[in-house]
Amino acid sequence: MTAADERTRQYPFNKQEGLDLDPAYRAARETPGMIRVQMPFGEPAWLATRYEDARFVLGDRRFSRALATTSDEPRTQSYQRAGGILAMDPPDHTRLRVLIASAFTVRRVEKLRPRVRELAEGLLRDMVAAGAPADLVDAFALPLPVQVICELLGVPAEDRHLFRAWSDALLSTSSLTLEEYQRNDSELRAYIAGLVALRRAEPADDLMSALIAARAEDEDRLSETELVELCVAVLVAGHETTATQIPNFAHVLLANPDRLAQLRADPGLIPAAVEELLRFIPLGAGSAFARYATEDVQVGEVLVRAGEPVLAAIGSANHDDARFPAADTLRFDREETSHLGFGHGVHHCLGAPLARLELQEALRALVTLDGLREASEPVWKTQMLVRGPRSMPVAW
Amino acid sequence: MTAPTWTVHVDSGLCMGSGICAGAKPGVFRLDGPAAEAAVDQLAPDEAVLDVADMCPAGAITVHDAEGTEIGPRP
Ligand code: HEM
Ligand code: SF4
Repeated sequence: MTAADERTRQYPFNKQEGLDLDPAYRAARETPGMIRVQMPFGEPAWLATRYEDARFVLGDRRFSRALATTSDEPRTQSYQRAGGILAMDPPDHTRLRVLIASAFTVRRVEKLRPRVRELAEGLLRDMVAAGAPADLVDAFALPLPVQVICELLGVPAEDRHLFRAWSDALLSTSSLTLEEYQRNDSELRAYIAGLVALRRAEPADDLMSALIAARAEDEDRLSETELVELCVAVLVAGHETTATQIPNFAHVLLANPDRLAQLRADPGLIPAAVEELLRFIPLGAGSAFARYATEDVQVGEVLVRAGEPVLAAIGSANHDDARFPAADTLRFDREETSHLGFGHGVHHCLGAPLARLELQEALRALVTLDGLREASEPVWKTQMLVRGPRSMPVAW
Repeated sequence: MTAPTWTVHVDSGLCMGSGICAGAKPGVFRLDGPAAEAAVDQLAPDEAVLDVADMCPAGAITVHDAEGTEIGPRP
């Protein structure tokens, strides 16, 4: 390692197009301590790029998300996003998460597997029937998680097209003005509030009805605003990431034909492949959701002062050779699989078991499509929190 | 008379290393290796520990009361 680096760098490093990890991350990992970064808006922050540091910051209670809401949080857009569950600390965070966690345990989610498999196979069949070239995003990657999360939550089929635009807007990093952001945000909330009212009058066998029942039981546990916010969070977080990772997985596998052939020959490797791809693909253009130190905390060689923000660079941590030997190689037989693709600590992705299931079933269906190839270069999203194809023309 | 005590157990075969338990209740759970473990043999009754068992995505955490009855995760 060389000497600590005290310059403040402009951040994020990664290009929006493609899935490369900027070389600045490797350099930072090989530099002692953490580096200082400045995002387009908000105060400067520490950036944790090594696995050990990133995992520590995400997992330690002395780091707060709630403090970000009262600070000048590092961010890519001029306005600060609405809070929600990802902006809460225990015990408030626990109160909300407990209410919803049981719907997303591995055991509960596993029951959805036959339905998810049926959806994946059906969408692929329809795509093939319509003929090549097809847009893998529109025909397959997006409708799969949208349908799953809408069925789970209880959003009527005829309304599903509506919130695509809303969630696009809410997860965008800079394309919108504050007014546009607020308009989309309040439209989506109003829509969900309407749906909550409907379900309250007429409960169904879905997650929204269950949350309404929990609120009816004990109003202290969940305010009306929190109820709506929780549904919004699940809807938005519940499809964009998965819909983006499916074409990302396809893109990376097509660039690694040996690995794709391995999966075709042995579909039993699919769960391991999903974990490895989650590790391998640096989904975020940068790191978001800074953690604020509530007291002085030693992070590796750096003493983070109370009130200072730290960003955990998940994509970089997942490519740390110290944790994952030859980290830049894609292989399905790793011994070390504890990647940070779903985060770590109390905010560890609520939907991780569901996302895993969807990604596994999507991959299982895709590898049956002989001769799958990219018909032309994918068109990449720009200005979103996550990177991936906006459209991906494929043929077979 | 001794105070009533609970015990917690983590099934390391089920644990997926999310860090939720150790993040929420660092005195009770520890996550150093690949799987979490109980950091204490016994603890005083604490509703927050039941919350953690409920939040574990893997269903890996069980809580028993002084009589040895399983009280967490809650159904
Ligand atoms: C491939 C798909 C997915 C990826 C890569 C992913 C990734 C993540 C990450 C990294 C975090 C932690 C953020 C942080 O701590 O700063 C997170 C949190 C979260 N995710 Fe996911 N996610 C995915 C799918 C889903 C799905 C399907 C749902 C729907 C249920 C979901 C709901 C959430 C929620 C509600 C949170 C906030 C949890 C909290 O604050 O306690 N995610 N996700
Ligand atoms: S919450 Fe459950 S899965 Fe997560 S680390 Fe603890 S025991 Fe393991």
